[in-house]
Parts: sequence; structure tokens; C-alpha cells
Amino acid sequence: MKSEYFNKQDSLLKIIIIYTVLIVMAIISIYPLLDIVKISLRPASSLFTSDLNIIPKNFTLKNFETALFVRPYGTWLKNSLIVSLISTVLSVIFSITAGYAFSRFRFKGRNVGMLSFLLTQIFPAPMLLLPTYILLRQFGMINHYLGGIIPYIALAVPFSVWILKGYFDTIPRSFEESAYIDGANLFQVMTQIMLPLAMPAVGVVLLNSFMATWNEFVTANIVFTDTELHTLPVAIFNMTGALSADWGIFCAACLVTAIPVIILYISLSKFLIGGLTLGGTKE
Amino acid sequence: MTGKKSMAPYLLIAPAVLVLLFMIGYPLLYGVNLSFTNMNLMHFRNYTYVGLTNYFSILTDVEFYTTAWRTIVWTVINVFFSVSFGVLLAILLNRKLPGKNFLRILLMLPWAIPQYIAVLTWRNMFQAQYGTIDILLNKLGITGVAWLSDPFWTFIACIITNVWLGIPFMMVIALGALQSIPGELYEVALLDGAKSSQKHWFITLPLLKPVMVPSLVISSVWTFNMVNVIFMMTGRTGDNQTQILVSRVYRDAFTYFNYSKAATFSVIIFLILAIFASVFIKAMKGGEGVYD
Repeated sequence: MKSEYFNKQDSLLKIIIIYTVLIVMAIISIYPLLDIVKISLRPASSLFTSDLNIIPKNFTLKNFETALFVRPYGTWLKNSLIVSLISTVLSVIFSITAGYAFSRFRFKGRNVGMLSFLLTQIFPAPMLLLPTYILLRQFGMINHYLGGIIPYIALAVPFSVWILKGYFDTIPRSFEESAYIDGANLFQVMTQIMLPLAMPAVGVVLLNSFMATWNEFVTANIVFTDTELHTLPVAIFNMTGALSADWGIFCAACLVTAIPVIILYISLSKFLIGGLTLGGTKE
Repeated sequence: MTGKKSMAPYLLIAPAVLVLLFMIGYPLLYGVNLSFTNMNLMHFRNYTYVGLTNYFSILTDVEFYTTAWRTIVWTVINVFFSVSFGVLLAILLNRKLPGKNFLRILLMLPWAIPQYIAVLTWRNMFQAQYGTIDILLNKLGITGVAWLSDPFWTFIACIITNVWLGIPFMMVIALGALQSIPGELYEVALLDGAKSSQKHWFITLPLLKPVMVPSLVISSVWTFNMVNVIFMMTGRTGDNQTQILVSRVYRDAFTYFNYSKAATFSVIIFLILAIFASVFIKAMKGGEGVYD
């Protein structure tokens, strides 16, 4: 009976210990989420209480109403969508072409090029932020969608190029060669043959780029200083900035923003994790 | 066809390369240039070159060394705990266990929650008196931990938050690596009479190493450069004693508008990371080929 469900070598005591550790860690990992649920359901009058119940006694949805309809949540959502979607689509297009070139062509500067793409990952954004800010300011892109879109493309491109290059490497060249013989040009080969074959990797890259830009705070915080242009991360951070932070409204806004992302991540996690190792086997 | 082909790769990589040159290459050079000037909010347009003055003033300031040391402590503690917990959980999950998929999803949640929301929630939980953690500690009879007002405890709070954020990534990577270890190795070890602990020490950990080392390097760099957690925990004007190098740069530049000093800091951080990365890449090459 026991051996059907558990490893044969695992004794009962060992199984109990394993479950205890896993359950304690699972509680720790979900607790903060439960904490936001709890606070978002509290009426403003009982915000400061040492009650630890998840569903408060006098629970209310007023905070959600305020967060979504009194505050300009729609505007922030629109800003986030514009900046994330445009930068994701452009960065994926640039990455497909660059990844394809690195995979299929042997050209002067190829190795240096690929290495520099990798190096941009080793030295990430925060150090480049100040010069970037001054640069964007000189181009008049502060408080302009472009001031978010262009840095986000640069943020997403290096990782995407590497993933896509690795995946293209695993597709046999014979597919394209026969197409070239039939008289197809480079553009047709890429869009009609390579792109459909590379869909799993393109999916990973799309999702990863979208998430990275959707949740980005550090750049958005300095570029979008105008309340009208805040993206969701900046808007939510600023809800806590005021002296009398209204944690109930803050938590309601957090929940509404986080739940779709969490569902998307968890439901696609197998796909995402598999994708991270897609190109890993080949050079 | 051949003539067209030789131009094709350059045209294909051009958009990506141009964006990176504009957003990474140029800012890098601009930042180095800025570090030799006195640009700040008062001298935004009429700045002058001041040579190595900024470097001298930073490198002779004791605070630079305490901040650098704090950054190293921060990175080592965070990476150590997230890797240890991540590998431990992966080993526990890598067996037949009813309900394990459900537990795995719960354990991955910190990775799925948008990072800024997670950090701000932790900050709320660390609030004095009405924060969840204070309430729990009070019930255990521990009082008077000034989480967000005492710099030392603020720093501890940042570490707890960051470890919590870092565990799932390590767990997922380690779990993937564990599943790729051939089961026969363990069966042979079992036949040879190996105990469970020996099994992990002599088979699991050496085989995890090649997968974990790159993730270790990446997460060290991420942790070293973690602005989000520190900045959001401590606010716009956070205490000097809780800052790490990058959060210091972020604050100097965007709260105090001291551009040239922040740029100098950035160049110094860049050099530290470059040395770290090159040492590590060398060390990594020594670790390849465990199956040989």
C-alpha cells in the first residue's frame, strides 16, 4: 500500500518530516498574498488592528471600488499596456531577425556580437540608468511613452536573442535549403518556414518580455513622473509613499494587478521553464 | 545571391544592435565621461571637467568601503540562503509524494507575484505594531524589534524579503537538474549500500553543480544590483546605513540629483562586477565536464 504512493526507501518518519518542511515553506511562500487579501477586505475604520484572520469580521469591497473607479486605475492600465505591448512586439521582431542571423550566417563580428549581447546581461540596467535618463531627457522623451518603450526593448532583446538563436540552431537547415531551391527569398523563408517551426521559443520570449516590461519599476519610476503617465508599478508604489498610506486601497489595487499575472505565470510555468532550457544543449 | 547574402546578416542584426548601442553602449561611455565632471542639478548645462576629483572623494570616503562591504555581505547571505533553501526543496520534491504538484505551485508563488507588489507587501508586513510580523512576534513574547526604523533591522528585513523572492528560481532550476540525473546512478549506489545522506553528497550535489553554477553567477549579479528591494523597503530617502552600492547610486541620482557622483559610483561598480565576472567565468570553465 505504502509503496504505491511513496518511494520505497522513504520511511514513515522521513515522509512526515518531508511533508512538515514542505508545508511550512509553502505557508511562508503564500502568506504575503493572504496578507494583501486580508487588508484589502478591511474597512478603512479597522485598518489598524492586530486581528490575524484572513477574512475580517466586517469585510467590505469598498477598497476595490475606490482603487478601480475613484483612482485613475484605467489610465494606469492603459499606460502599462501601451508601453509593454509595443516594446514586447518590437523586441521580439528584432530578436527573431538577430537570432536567425547569429544561427544561420557566419559573418565577421559574429562572435564579438554574440558575446556583447551576453555581456549586457552581466552588467544590468541600474548602472546605466543615470546616463540613460540624461540621454532620454536630451531627446525630450521623459514623460513620453517612447522614454519607456526604447529602454524596454533594450532590456528584453539580449535574453530573447540568445533563446531564439539556440532554438534556431536545433532546426535542421534542410528545410530552408529546399525552399531556397524552389526560389523562395530570405523573407519568405523566415516568415513561412522558420517562424512556424520556432513558435515554442517565440512564445517563451514573448511571455518573458511582456512580464519583464509589465512589472518594470526602476526605469518607469524616473521616466514617467507625470501622474497621467504612470504605469501600474509606479502608481502602486506611489500609493504607499504618502505619509498616511491607505493600505486597504493599496492592497486592493495590488490584488487586481497581481492575480492575472500570477494565473498566467503558474498556468504557463511548465512551458516557461522548459523554454529556458530549450536552446541550452547546443553551442 | 552571394552578394546579397553577405549583407543579409548585418541587416538582420541591425535593429537589435542599434537599440543596444543607443540604450547601453552610448550610456556606458556617457556615464564614464560624466564621472569626470561636476554635473548636478545646479550645473546641469554648464558643467566642467574636474578630472579625478569624484573618484578621490569617493575612494577616500570611509562610507564607500562600508557600503561596498555591506553589498558583499548582502549578496553572499542572499545567494547562500536562496540556493540552500531552493536545493533543499527541490530534493524534497523530487520523489513520489501525493500532493507534490500542488505544493510545488504554492512554493513557486513568490516568483509569479510581480516583484514590486511582493516587496511592498513585505514592507507592510514589517510595519511597527500593526504589521503581521510584529503581531506574530509579540504573540511569541518577542517585542521591540524596530524593523523599519532601525537601519540594522531594516537591512535584515530586506534580506528576508529578497531570500523569499529568490528561493523559487533556485528551486525550479535545481528541480529541472535533478530530474535529468539518471535514476540508475542511485540504484547502483543503493546496491552498493549507500545511505541516503551519502547518496545526496556524492551523487546529487556534484551533478547539480554544472547547472547551478551559471544560475549562481546570474543570481549573484542580480542580487548585487538589486535596487527594487532596498529602494522600496527604505523609501526615497532611505538611511545610508541600509543602502547597497546600486541603491545608493539610484538615490544619489534621482532623489538628490547629484549626477556626477552617481556616475562615478556606477563606474566603480562596473569595474567591481567586471572583475567578479571574469574570475567566475574562469572558475566555471574548471567545473565543466562532470560526466567525463
